[in-house]
Amino acid sequence: MTSHAAVEPPPAFQFEDAAQQSNAATLGMWAFLASEVLFFGSLVVSLMICRLRWPQAFAEGAKELKWWLGAINTAVLLGSSYAMALAVEAAEKQIAKRVIRNLLITASLGIIFLAIKGTEYGLEYHDHLIPAINYSAVAPDGAERLPQVQLFMIFYFLLTLLHAFHMLIGLTGIGIIAIRARRPGYVERSKNMIDGLGLYWHFVDIVWVFLFPMLYLLRHP
Amino acid sequence: MTSVVYRPAPPKPSYLAAGHRVTSWLLTHDHKRIAVLYMISITGFFIIGGIAATLMRLSLLTPDGSLTTADFYNRLFTMHGVVMVWFFLIPSIPTTLGNFLIPLMIGARDLAFPRLNLLSWYLFVIGGIFTISALVAGGVDTGWTFYTPYSSSFSNTHVVLTVVGIFIAGFSSILTGLNFIVTLHSMRAPGMYWRRLPLFCWSHYATSIILVLATPVLAMTLMMVAVERIFRVGIFDPALGGDPLLFQHLFWFYSHPAVYIMILPGMAVVSEVIACFARKRVFGYGFVAGASIAIALVGFLVWGHHMFVAGMSMYGGFIFSFLSFVVAVPSAVKVFNWTATLYKGSISLTTPMLYALGFIGLFVVGGLTGLFLATLALDVHLTDTYFVIAHFHYIMVGGAVMAYMAGLHFWWPKITGRMYPEWAGRIAALIIFAGFNLTFFPQFLLGYLGMPRRYHSYAPEFQVLNVMSTAGASILAVGYVMPLIYLLWSLKWGAIAGDNPWKAMGMEWTVSSPPPKENFATTPIVNEEAYAYDTMTPQGGGGRSIMPVAIKPNRGGA
Repeated sequence: MTSHAAVEPPPAFQFEDAAQQSNAATLGMWAFLASEVLFFGSLVVSLMICRLRWPQAFAEGAKELKWWLGAINTAVLLGSSYAMALAVEAAEKQIAKRVIRNLLITASLGIIFLAIKGTEYGLEYHDHLIPAINYSAVAPDGAERLPQVQLFMIFYFLLTLLHAFHMLIGLTGIGIIAIRARRPGYVERSKNMIDGLGLYWHFVDIVWVFLFPMLYLLRHP
Repeated sequence: MTSVVYRPAPPKPSYLAAGHRVTSWLLTHDHKRIAVLYMISITGFFIIGGIAATLMRLSLLTPDGSLTTADFYNRLFTMHGVVMVWFFLIPSIPTTLGNFLIPLMIGARDLAFPRLNLLSWYLFVIGGIFTISALVAGGVDTGWTFYTPYSSSFSNTHVVLTVVGIFIAGFSSILTGLNFIVTLHSMRAPGMYWRRLPLFCWSHYATSIILVLATPVLAMTLMMVAVERIFRVGIFDPALGGDPLLFQHLFWFYSHPAVYIMILPGMAVVSEVIACFARKRVFGYGFVAGASIAIALVGFLVWGHHMFVAGMSMYGGFIFSFLSFVVAVPSAVKVFNWTATLYKGSISLTTPMLYALGFIGLFVVGGLTGLFLATLALDVHLTDTYFVIAHFHYIMVGGAVMAYMAGLHFWWPKITGRMYPEWAGRIAALIIFAGFNLTFFPQFLLGYLGMPRRYHSYAPEFQVLNVMSTAGASILAVGYVMPLIYLLWSLKWGAIAGDNPWKAMGMEWTVSSPPPKENFATTPIVNEEAYAYDTMTPQGGGGRSIMPVAIKPNRGGA
């Protein structure tokens, strides 16, 4: 920080100095993420409680999902988090070019994730697994589905759609910063913002790391 | 006392004078102006919720409830509950007094995130518009608790619209809590250690923890109700494998801590007012501060006491009953410490003090009857009766609203620069106290005798007590209209307040009334604990405050 004191922008009106502003920004993002944990947490707890009640049906539901697509997506998202970590590091060192490059890699992997997720939704539509749209009590192979498989699918869609929505917000943020980072001096001014975006992106990643085993891999009652 | 010395600077225009255009208010980032915006909005919601309550009480004058139909009565109590809980009580003290005072009390120029603060007001208003439009479109009849499966599968009223409004307003709560947490951690002036923090700030810190951690659960729960209604899926529908009781667990996981969102800021105000008008240090400062945090944390573990008769496990009932008794301990610590603060104090019975004393008395009644309800066997008899209604109104109205009134009067001179008429204030405070007790004490008796809540008609033998209650409500209404009139009157004709009319400690009293836009001309340095009233001379001159202290030059002289 000290070596770049010359380019350090003045803090916002309410802060004494840049260090205070940076502390506030970081703490703010952590507090927000704590709130987000409870946001996802209430859905996850509901899923687990229903799973305890209907282990057979929920295991059957998990088997209907394409676990390998989920696994690929996990790898894609972990890769994007790595790129994001590099972007944050580059912002620390104030190398705008590297920030932009790594943000674009992060965003591309994020978009690949969403594309795979969309494909998966398409396959699930094909398998008549989408509640309220085309859910059918009979699987494509002719076997009768347990009635609570539908409940599993509701949780699956709520959780993955909520997660995808968070990804979209993250992608928007990444896009805006990647475009603005071309301006001279922007990266130096926006270290806090890039830090916060990084924290957010890692959080969204971690949520998926929990969702993947809970939805796809619990295939036995 | 948080004594402060700051370099004499040319007087700055007050925050009220810093721009007169409408946009200078609607786009302001100033925490003080945002507090005023909130104050105006929640007053509007209080009036709406109050009108619903008035109609209910009028309908309950006669056993057959001839004024309203049963269906309309259901919509009235839902409207009253939804508006009062989410659009008045939860935002009441934090977003008005908390918003206005926290930066002033800790020596900051604003909250950490001023734009977020404005955003949270807009979210609050947008949420309010959704909910009010649902009420205008015909209302909701589920009760404020939205119990499933009635709300998700059966009610044919505007559940989704209402729920969306609460969902949006929920984000306003989360952002406010987040802002307070970050501000209290990172914006304190030099020397304002945690041990010197006014108890007002401690309580708001505890409140903010709940706002940030409980509100998202409500948001998700209500979203599930909306999804279930719109897409006809079965999260809470047993026919499809869902669990209606799961809704109650999730709902009360938020809504019980929400009770502490409403009462902790009230305790925040009372600590300040009691210390000032007893001219004494708050007894056991550390315990009062710690009790706030303890209430916030233990408050997360007691939600099951709303569900003793809902079909929960008996052993779960034992645990929740025990924990509900535990949470009474820090509440009692506060009450005892306020009382000990009064002991041998030089008490002046000003309007804020009358409200604060009223708070202590009514909170004790509300708290102790809460223990009745936390007792498993007794709860089977009292649950869903008027006893419950009386209990939580003693906490919500007798506690939270009285404290809001105390705080409003106490800091009114600071907020507006004008004094309210003291005699009118005292009379209104006494009228409210009398009207409140006449309204709600009979309801304890009604509940004990077995009158169930949420019914629009009742057995004729309950009529006398119901008439008393309605008579009390009309007195209460007079008590609420009075401050509305004289406070508005004081804006133009009230006496000029001066910087510190109560000779109170606390950094907010060291700046002019109303405070300048940037709060402090120079960043203050705090060299004393809070509430050092014993160092003050009878004339109000601070003993130690004249000690020279270092002054940190403020950046840019802002």
